[in-house]
Amino acid sequence: MNIDTLLPMLLTVIAAATPLLLAAIGELVTEKSGVLNLGVEGMMLVGAVIAFAVTVGTGSAILGIIAAAFAGIALSLVFGLLTLTLMANQVATGLALTIFGIGVSSLIGSSYIGTPVEKLAVLHIPGLSDIPVLGPLLFGHDILVYASVAITVLVAWFLKSSRAGLILRAVGESDLSAHSIGYDVIKVRYLAVMFGGLCSGIAGAYLSLSYTPMWVEGMTAGRGWIALALVAFASWRPWRVLGGAYIFGGVTILQLYLQGAGGIGIPAQVMNMLPYLATIIVLTVISAGPWRGRLDAPACLGKPFRPAS
Amino acid sequence: MVVMTQRHMLHWRYRVLRGLGLGMEPSDKAVKEHPRLELSGITKAFPGVIANSDVGFKVAPGEIHALLGENGAGKSTLVKQIYGILKPDSGSILWDGREVDIPSPHAARALGIGMVFQHFSLFEAMTVLENVALGMDDPGKDRVALAKRIRQVSESYGLPLDPAREVHTLSVGERQRIEIVRCLLQSPRLLVMDEPTSVLTPQEVGKLFETLRKLKSEGCSILYISHKLNEIKELCDGATILRGGKVVAACNPREETARSMAQLMIGAEFRSVARREGGKDAGPVRMELKALSMAPEMAHGVPLKSINLSLRGGEILGIAGVAGNGQGDLLAAIAGERKAATAGAVVMDGKPVGRLGPAARRKLGLCTVPEERNGHGAVPDMSLTDNAMLSAHKRMGFMKGGFLDTAKSRSFAAEVIKRFDVRTPGTETAAGSLSGGNLQKFIVGREILQKPEILVVAQPTWGVDAAAAATIQQALVDLAATGSAILVISQDLDELLTLSDRIAVINAGQVSEAMPAATVSVEEIGLLMGGIHGTPEKGAA
Repeated sequence: MNIDTLLPMLLTVIAAATPLLLAAIGELVTEKSGVLNLGVEGMMLVGAVIAFAVTVGTGSAILGIIAAAFAGIALSLVFGLLTLTLMANQVATGLALTIFGIGVSSLIGSSYIGTPVEKLAVLHIPGLSDIPVLGPLLFGHDILVYASVAITVLVAWFLKSSRAGLILRAVGESDLSAHSIGYDVIKVRYLAVMFGGLCSGIAGAYLSLSYTPMWVEGMTAGRGWIALALVAFASWRPWRVLGGAYIFGGVTILQLYLQGAGGIGIPAQVMNMLPYLATIIVLTVISAGPWRGRLDAPACLGKPFRPAS
Repeated sequence: MVVMTQRHMLHWRYRVLRGLGLGMEPSDKAVKEHPRLELSGITKAFPGVIANSDVGFKVAPGEIHALLGENGAGKSTLVKQIYGILKPDSGSILWDGREVDIPSPHAARALGIGMVFQHFSLFEAMTVLENVALGMDDPGKDRVALAKRIRQVSESYGLPLDPAREVHTLSVGERQRIEIVRCLLQSPRLLVMDEPTSVLTPQEVGKLFETLRKLKSEGCSILYISHKLNEIKELCDGATILRGGKVVAACNPREETARSMAQLMIGAEFRSVARREGGKDAGPVRMELKALSMAPEMAHGVPLKSINLSLRGGEILGIAGVAGNGQGDLLAAIAGERKAATAGAVVMDGKPVGRLGPAARRKLGLCTVPEERNGHGAVPDMSLTDNAMLSAHKRMGFMKGGFLDTAKSRSFAAEVIKRFDVRTPGTETAAGSLSGGNLQKFIVGREILQKPEILVVAQPTWGVDAAAAATIQQALVDLAATGSAILVISQDLDELLTLSDRIAVINAGQVSEAMPAATVSVEEIGLLMGGIHGTPEKGAA
């Protein structure tokens, strides 16, 4: 395999990894605050269709991305209202949000099927982008690819080194302790859920504006679920989410190439399972091995917060 | 008795004066100043209950003031209002003579109020440093500097702490230090402590009291909540007694006896546990542990190391020890929740049962009460009737041809509620909605009323008030008198000394020789609890 076939392959890996990374890093922040939002897939779909519609309507992809971010936040606020304020079950509400997102996105998107849109422009960095091989690989991407990495770096710093990040982790670790010291658990969780919605919306925008610049019903094709698996796969650590997103993206692309190459006897469905299988294996190994107890799952994940009195 | 008390007082006075470095009594100073904290007319109602009704008292600068009361007397609700977690419905809080509003814990800390919680407000997966930083409003950006301050302050008050350690690796005593140091770093002027000694060894209690006296000598006031009346006599300058949400009395603990304070608390004649003189004519061996060893169940736990123990019919054997020294695994190994490596490691009435599960062991006449009430001793979301069914259906015959006889189980639950004075609306109430003390009464009562051959109880009176504790303890003594063998695993040394015929100590997974309770000294047990065998510690309190 020479460099001419490898380079496009690597570029597609980056493209496949970006929506996973965006959605997963948002969900990681949500889960670190102790909230499990299974509505990632739905929020991505709504983000995708809104980004597409706004871009087609205004001609501005940036406006489309911003609109997608707000759409994601709006859906996450519905989730927050139900689970945080009204204390509905998080798992059931998250599943409902996904189903709701599928429906709403189909409804909005029905008139856009077949409409073309210009692919999100590559940010050309003079000098750097023109370096052979490395140029297109590292500096030949659109704004969302850079944004996904930048958000990951920021989230890693935020959780590890900022006071607000410490409070966020504390709320996910023991909501009752945080409450008794005087932190507003519900407010922190609302903010974390909204950040998750924002990231999911942008991840959706990436799909409909860059990955495949068009609107297709159900175009996330399970990526929201892979993002959820990715958070657990990465044992709730931002840098591992970054690595995991690229591994999972690579597996997706590898599968496409193998299919194209006539297959090596492995059915495509088996390859599709790989991200989930990898998550199960990693979780099993971590929970059974000597790292037991160091899984780093937030202790209050998925539990509603009810102050004692 | 009177002579003892006076000597105690003199000793204490001497210490305080030395601590102050002055010849002035703290109360003399208080006259000239406003009280540090003055509550008046505090009323707080929840749906269905009035938790506090017209509560008022004063705490002088440099005073250690006790807040006494049974479970549900409204102590925790009251201090939550002082710390800004709850808002009073009416009434006023005066701070240094000025009326203040405390809308949040942040506001409380800004005034100089620190709080050490009964159930620690700590984050297990985080470091000491992070936990301290979370409890402060302005920890500063520089974490290295904060770590240094933690070391300095913790050492100067005799509470050494390593800022880099993660909380889940620390003992309960060390965890409490984090809470205290967290308060001290903010130079508190009033420290609220909710049941601080229930988890400490006698030596740790001594150390804590030194710290508190040092704080007092620096002018810090302390509001001290405890069930342990002897401690209050030793430590506190004044006491306010709550009953049913109201102030029923104020007293000087040093002029009262533990008994008189207990009576003020419960508002009735206090019956102490009537112990038979037993132990000598103990019956046959009912249960034996033979070289029982086991790896810890939880990461960071201690393994059980070759434990030998024999328990006779009619005796109560107490196992003292600081939490986290293998008590949980020991109970699980006896209950059958965890199986021993060999059947012979656990023997009941001559039968090797080490490889049997809990149901099989219960069938042989064993009943157990685990330490954790919610989720281990009881299913929180199920009713008391169903919880009675779960543990008692075999022994009490609540099953008929494979079907549950709920009526029988309900009347059994009702009997437990009546006999052990469980405060609950009824038998169909969810176990999780009972207060900790009341659920404890229910769970212990449920096992005792099954008249087990062998009963193993962890922390029988944890969080239970004096009167109810006496009821539970009396029931245990009466059960032993019928020939049952009872093993009590507890951190409460006073309780073990009251109840037990013999006492053994568990430390780092090893169990000491059982000693006759009548002759053993508290110091001896305390040293064993601290892991010191035989040789007295240098400069031990």
